[in-house]
Amino acid sequence: MPQRINAVNDFVVKFANVNGSGSASANELFAKCILRMGVALASRNIFPSNIQGLPTWYEVRVSGEGWLGRRGGVDLMVAMNPQTWDKDVASIDAGGYLLYDSTKPLPPSKFREDVNLIGVPLTDICNRTYSDPRQRQLFKNIIYVGALSALLEIDTDVVEKLLSEQFKKRPELITSNVKAFRLGYDYARENLAGACGLKVQHAGGVGNRIFIAGNDAAGLGAVYGGATVCAWYPITPSTSLAEAFTKHCKKFRVDPEMKKNNFAIVQAEDEIAAIGIVIGAGWNGARSFTATSGPGISLMQEFFGLAYFAEIPAVIFDIQRGGPSTGMPTRTQQSDVLLCAYASHGDTKHVLLFPKDPGESFEMAAHSFDLAERLQTPIFVMMDLDIGMNDWLCEPLKWDDARRYDRGKVMTYEELEAGKNFGRYLDVDGDGIPYRSLPATHPTRGAFFTRGTSRDRYAKYSEEGSVYVDNMQRLLRKFETAKTITPKPILRRAREKTRYGAIYYGSTSPAMDEALAALDAKGMHLDTLRVRAFPFSDEVVDFIHAHDQVFLVEQNRDAQLQKLIVNECGIDPARFISILHYDGTPITARFITSAIAERMNLASRKEAAE
Amino acid sequence: MTYITKPKLHHPGLKPNALGLTHRDYEGSVSTLCAGCGHDSISAALIQACYELNIEPHRVAKLSGIGCSSKTPDYLLGQSHGFNSVHGRMPSVLTGANLANRELIYFGISGDGDSASIGLGQFAHAVRRGVDMVYICENNGVYGLTKGQFSATADQGSKSKAGGLNTDSPIDLVGASFVARSFSGDKHQLVPLLKAAITHQGPAILDVISPCVQFNNHAGSTKSYDFVRAHNEAVNRLDFLPARSEITVEHEPGTVAHVTQHDGSVIKLAKLHADYDPHDRVRAMAYLQERHAAGEIVTGLLYVDENADDLHAHLDTVARPLNRLGEKELCPGGAALDAVNASYR
Repeated sequence: MPQRINAVNDFVVKFANVNGSGSASANELFAKCILRMGVALASRNIFPSNIQGLPTWYEVRVSGEGWLGRRGGVDLMVAMNPQTWDKDVASIDAGGYLLYDSTKPLPPSKFREDVNLIGVPLTDICNRTYSDPRQRQLFKNIIYVGALSALLEIDTDVVEKLLSEQFKKRPELITSNVKAFRLGYDYARENLAGACGLKVQHAGGVGNRIFIAGNDAAGLGAVYGGATVCAWYPITPSTSLAEAFTKHCKKFRVDPEMKKNNFAIVQAEDEIAAIGIVIGAGWNGARSFTATSGPGISLMQEFFGLAYFAEIPAVIFDIQRGGPSTGMPTRTQQSDVLLCAYASHGDTKHVLLFPKDPGESFEMAAHSFDLAERLQTPIFVMMDLDIGMNDWLCEPLKWDDARRYDRGKVMTYEELEAGKNFGRYLDVDGDGIPYRSLPATHPTRGAFFTRGTSRDRYAKYSEEGSVYVDNMQRLLRKFETAKTITPKPILRRAREKTRYGAIYYGSTSPAMDEALAALDAKGMHLDTLRVRAFPFSDEVVDFIHAHDQVFLVEQNRDAQLQKLIVNECGIDPARFISILHYDGTPITARFITSAIAERMNLASRKEAAE
Repeated sequence: MTYITKPKLHHPGLKPNALGLTHRDYEGSVSTLCAGCGHDSISAALIQACYELNIEPHRVAKLSGIGCSSKTPDYLLGQSHGFNSVHGRMPSVLTGANLANRELIYFGISGDGDSASIGLGQFAHAVRRGVDMVYICENNGVYGLTKGQFSATADQGSKSKAGGLNTDSPIDLVGASFVARSFSGDKHQLVPLLKAAITHQGPAILDVISPCVQFNNHAGSTKSYDFVRAHNEAVNRLDFLPARSEITVEHEPGTVAHVTQHDGSVIKLAKLHADYDPHDRVRAMAYLQERHAAGEIVTGLLYVDENADDLHAHLDTVARPLNRLGEKELCPGGAALDAVNASYR
C-alpha cells in the first residue's frame, strides 16, 4: 500500500481534460461548492491556444489558511485525458491520488506504485444511463464531480443549491444535473469508502469575498470609471475584458428613458485602429480605452508616442501573455514592462499601474481614467493572463458614492470668455500639466492645432531647439507629478529587523504572501515592498537603500522591473538578486520560498566562513 | 510668402454671411505649401463652402494624417480645433473623435499616400462603419513631402519627375454613401460638391485630383493640370441648395435630377449624360472603369445614397455627445455594486 496524504481543507486537485469537452463548467461547479462551504481556494485554467481537442487543465488549490497563489504539486489528479495521461500521472505528489475512468482495464505500467488509485467506471455508468452521445460526454463531467464530492465529503446540499441557482432559467436541467451528480456520488459512497485521505469541511474562511476574473472586474471598473468609448481588436488573453465591458454596459449604461446607449464600442480592424479611435475620443473629451496584449502593444507604438507628445488621455489594459512574438498566447508572464514603460520612438515614458488581483484591477481601472485626464497621457494598466482570465477570491468591490471623476485641466467656455490665458503647452501651475481645450468650446477662443511635431507653449509649430527642449523638460516635470498621484507602493515589515528586502508586483502577490509566511516559519525575515505604479515614488528608492540586498521577484526572463528601477532610480544593480519565473505558468510559493531560502542560506554560510 | 503674417485688416466691402462672418473668418494660417499647389485651391474651396453654408467655424473639427495634404487643415478655419495625427491613421482618430461628440462636423483631410497606401485599411473601415465625415483625398499621385516617389494612386505607365515608370495598377478610392471626384482647378464643380458632402449624413468621400506643381506636373504625369483638363469627363454639373434657402428649380425636363439629403438640403444635378444615375453604385463603378479605359477622368457626384445612416445610428448611441455625460449617466453607484458582488459568490 502506498503512503497516503491526509489533509483537511489543504490540498491541490488538478483536472486533466480535453478542450471543448464541457469540463469547464463542471470543474467550476466543483470549485464553487468548496467556496460555498466557506473554504478559500484559488483556481487556474491552464489551456492551449485551441478551441477543441487539445489538452486543458484546471487546478484547484484548496487552502483553509487562505493562500491564493499556486502552491505547486498535485495531491489529487482527475485524469480524464488519455493524451496527457503519462505526464499527468507523473506530476502527482508521492502519496497522492489518481482518480481515473476504470471502465477499460489499463496495464500496471500505466500507474505508479506510490500513488493511490481511485477507479470510477465513468464511461460504463454513462453508457448505461444515457444513449445520446452529447449527454454521455457532458454528464460524464458531472458524474466525476459527484464521485469527488463523496470522496472529499463535500456537502450535497451545497451542490444541489448551486445547481438550482445555475440553471434557474432552465429548471429541467436542474433535475438532470442532480441525477448525474447522484450517479457519481452514490457510486463512490458504495464502492470507494475511505479511498481518499483529502477532505473538505465547513469553515468560515471565505466571508463575503467574491470569486471573479480580473478582466471581468476591470471591464466593470471601466464602466464605474466613466469610460464611454472602447475600441479593441480580439487577442487572447484580453478579449474577455472588452466583452465584460460590453456586458456591464448593456446592464448599466442604457439610458432608461431613451433606451439609447451611453457608450460606444467598436471592434476595430486591427490594434492600430483601436488605439487611434481611443486617442481621437480622448482628444475630444470622452473617456476611452482599449484592451490588448503584447503583440497589440507592439503594433500601437507609433500612436503611444503621439499621445505622449501631443498629451492626449488614453487608457490601455495590457493583459500580458508569454512573449516574444506570438510566444505563448495562453500562458502568463509579466514581460511587457519595459515595452510599455518606454513605448514608441524618441524619448518617452509612460505611467504604468500594477494591480495585484481582480479587486485591484477594478479599482485601478476606474482610477486610470482620472489619471489619464489629469496627466493628459496614456495610462497602462498592466494585468496578465493569470489575473485576467482566472477567477480569484478577493474582497468585494467597493465604490464611494461621494467620489467624483477628475476631468483634469480643461478650459471652460467661461474661462476662455473671461480672457484667461490659454497656452496649450504652457505650464501655469508648475506641475508640468498644461490646460487643454476641447473642440467647440468657444466660438473664437481656445482653438489650437494638435500635432505630433514640435511646437511652442502656444501650440505653434516650431523646430527651434530651445522651444523643443523646453517642452521635453516640461514633460519630465509632468512625469514627476505623476509620482505624487499614482498608487503608492505597499510596505510590509518583517517581524524582526532585517537587511533583506523583496520587491514584487502584480499577480506574484498571493504566492509572495505565502512564501513570506513559509520563510518566516524558517526564521528568515524579509521586508517587502509591493510596487503598484511607474514612475517609482521615493518610497521605492528609500526601501532599496534601507536594505543590503533586495530580491526582485518577477515573471519574466530579463528582470524587467529591476532594470527599470536601476535605470530610473540610479540604483547599483549589485543590490538586487533576481528571482525570475517565466515558464508561462503562474509563479508558486514553493518556487519563491526555495529560491530566496537558498540565497539567504548561501549568504549566511559565506558569512560564517569569513 | 510663408514668413509673412496675414494682416488682420480686411476690405470693408467683404460681404458677411448669415452669421455675420466674412470669408476672412474662415481662413487659417498662411499656407507653407508650394505656390500653385492644388491643395491650396481645395482649402480655398472648403473655406468658401463653409462660408456659404453659414457653418460656425468652431463647430468643425479638422483631422489629418501625414503628408503635404495633411498640413492643409492648418490653412483653413483657424477657429476650429485641428489634429494632425500619424501617417495613414487619421480615419481611426476621426472615428474616435466623432464617437466622443456627434454634434460636430468632421473634416478628414488626407492625400493619396495617406489614404491609398499606408492608410488604405483604415480608410476602407471608416467608410464601412459609416462614420459621419467629409473625407477629402487630395490626390496628386505622388509623395510630395518626401520628394516625388509614386503613390498608390499613380496610374500604371505614368512617369515620375526623376524619370521612373510606374508599373503598378492604381487604387481607386470609392465606396461610401457619398462619392464624388473633382479637380482642384475647377472651383465651380468643387465648391458645390463640398457643400453637398458637408450636409450628407454618413461618410462622404471626395477624391480631388490635385496636381503637385513640383513633382507631378510634367509631361508623362497623368495628374498634371494639363492632363486633367484635357481628359476630364464630367458626369454632371452640380448646384447645391441648403435646407433653409428658397428652392428655385430651373426646369430642364429630362436633364435635371434633385437629390434631397437628410437635412432637407437639395443637390441639383444638371446631367451631361442622360444615362448616368448617381444612385446606382454598380453602374457608377462600371462607368468609372469604362471611362478610365478610354483614358478619361470622370468627375462629379459619382454615387449618393441620401438615406444612408451613420456609425452612431449603428451603435444606437444617445443623442447627447458622449463627452458631455457625467457621473450621473455613467456611474452605476455603490448600491448597484452590492448586487454585482452578490452575483460573484
